[in-house]
Amino acid sequence: MPKHVVSTVAEIPPGGRKIVEVQGRSIGVFNIAGEFFALRNRCPHQGAALCTGQLGSAVTSTGPGHYAVDRAGEILRCPWHGWEFEVRTGQSWFDPVKVRVKAYETAVAPGSALKPPSPALLPGPYVAETYPVSVEEDYVLVEV
Amino acid sequence: MPATVPALIDCDIHNHLTPEAVARYLPERWRAYHAQFGRRTTPGDFYPKATPMASRTDAWPPGGGPPGSDLAFLRKQLLDAWPIQIGILNTLISIRNQHRDFDAALATAANACQIAEWLDPEPRLRASLLVPFEDAELAVAEIGRHAGDRRFVQVLIPSRTGEPLGRRKYWPIYAAAAEAGLPIGIHFGGWSGGHPISGAGWPTYYLEYHTGMNQTFQAHLISLICEGVLEAFPKLKVVFIEGGIAWIPPCLWRLDRCWRQLRAENPNLKRAPSEYFREHFWLTTQPIEEPPEPGQFLQMVSHLGMDDRLLFSTDYPHWDFDSPDGSLPSVIGEGLRSRILGGNARALYGFA
Repeated sequence: MPKHVVSTVAEIPPGGRKIVEVQGRSIGVFNIAGEFFALRNRCPHQGAALCTGQLGSAVTSTGPGHYAVDRAGEILRCPWHGWEFEVRTGQSWFDPVKVRVKAYETAVAPGSALKPPSPALLPGPYVAETYPVSVEEDYVLVEV
Repeated sequence: MPATVPALIDCDIHNHLTPEAVARYLPERWRAYHAQFGRRTTPGDFYPKATPMASRTDAWPPGGGPPGSDLAFLRKQLLDAWPIQIGILNTLISIRNQHRDFDAALATAANACQIAEWLDPEPRLRASLLVPFEDAELAVAEIGRHAGDRRFVQVLIPSRTGEPLGRRKYWPIYAAAAEAGLPIGIHFGGWSGGHPISGAGWPTYYLEYHTGMNQTFQAHLISLICEGVLEAFPKLKVVFIEGGIAWIPPCLWRLDRCWRQLRAENPNLKRAPSEYFREHFWLTTQPIEEPPEPGQFLQMVSHLGMDDRLLFSTDYPHWDFDSPDGSLPSVIGEGLRSRILGGNARALYGFA
């Protein structure tokens, strides 16, 4: 699958997100403690912009009256009906087998690795004045 | 999901009238009372809701104010986002304080506010008329004030009333509404006067409360039929708004069976209860039931036998919003879908 450059790493700090458009699809790119995850920005329930929902924790119970909270910032709640999805996998919390949202592979690469291949041009006779340019940022890639 | 949505009618939109907006239309006596003593609804509801203001988390207007308070944002997020031809406003300001004169003033002010700030600027909108429903005489006066304005399409009563709605204290409202050609719209919510939502006391969770919404409608369905309201007012039309659908067929089966056994107790009923229901009632769809197999939805519609009485509604901006293109299961087919999305409401309310 082709990889698409969707953002600089600096644009999406830990806990942050960016909604991007790749080949006609709206996709949410999330940074969880330095790792990047990408989910289709469409809830499988009724089509809301899922990735604009609130990020929260997983609340579980070992029995009535007992509560545990973990995975802070890793559970995405749909802005409409509150359906919960795991950002890392796209699986829904209430029915992980049947209900899930498409998750895409992500990667981080330095700008220097992303130069397009040079076109096969012959050098001409004129040379313009040039300045050195270096790309120091890292970029987030999504496979679609 | 279908590729297109026909021109549709949304039968349940909640615009929010802020206290400041209502105060602009109150006479001085009640503006001062409102400013000093306030209203019952502060600080809150019976249960903490699923979300702040029970609203979609994306429905807070960027310019400030609570969800549903900004007409421009409501246009953008709802009326223009889908091809909504007509939307019916059911504003949920509480007209249920202990001071009935204040209730009457609140209803009059809220209706004036709806005209000036919602209906005049946006021709796609209609509204339900607010009335002080626990005092029928005052409610009838408010109906008389607006009976000629066809932008008010029905009289609104919340489902959590002081008494079951078949009781005779409410009958003058039905007489006035039937005379004016206005249906009675019963919408979920309101302040119950202390009755729990369940017949067995107060539950713990909002999950229980939200699932139990239909219990309030069941009480009214049975009461309106058994008290003889529909014999007394043969032209009366009743719309259940946000009451659910799937529970109704078995309720009618049960009611019909009991009536056959107990008809001597209540000779006012000339026909089986289900006949009154199918003749006089309409139902909005949201929050639509989602059975595990789509075919079961069709079974439910078939048991109900009221294809011409189902009215699409979004409940915007509330958290249990139903999307016009994402909520009705595709198994119902284009004909019924089109009737639910617009045709049935057009026939009921006489929209062109």
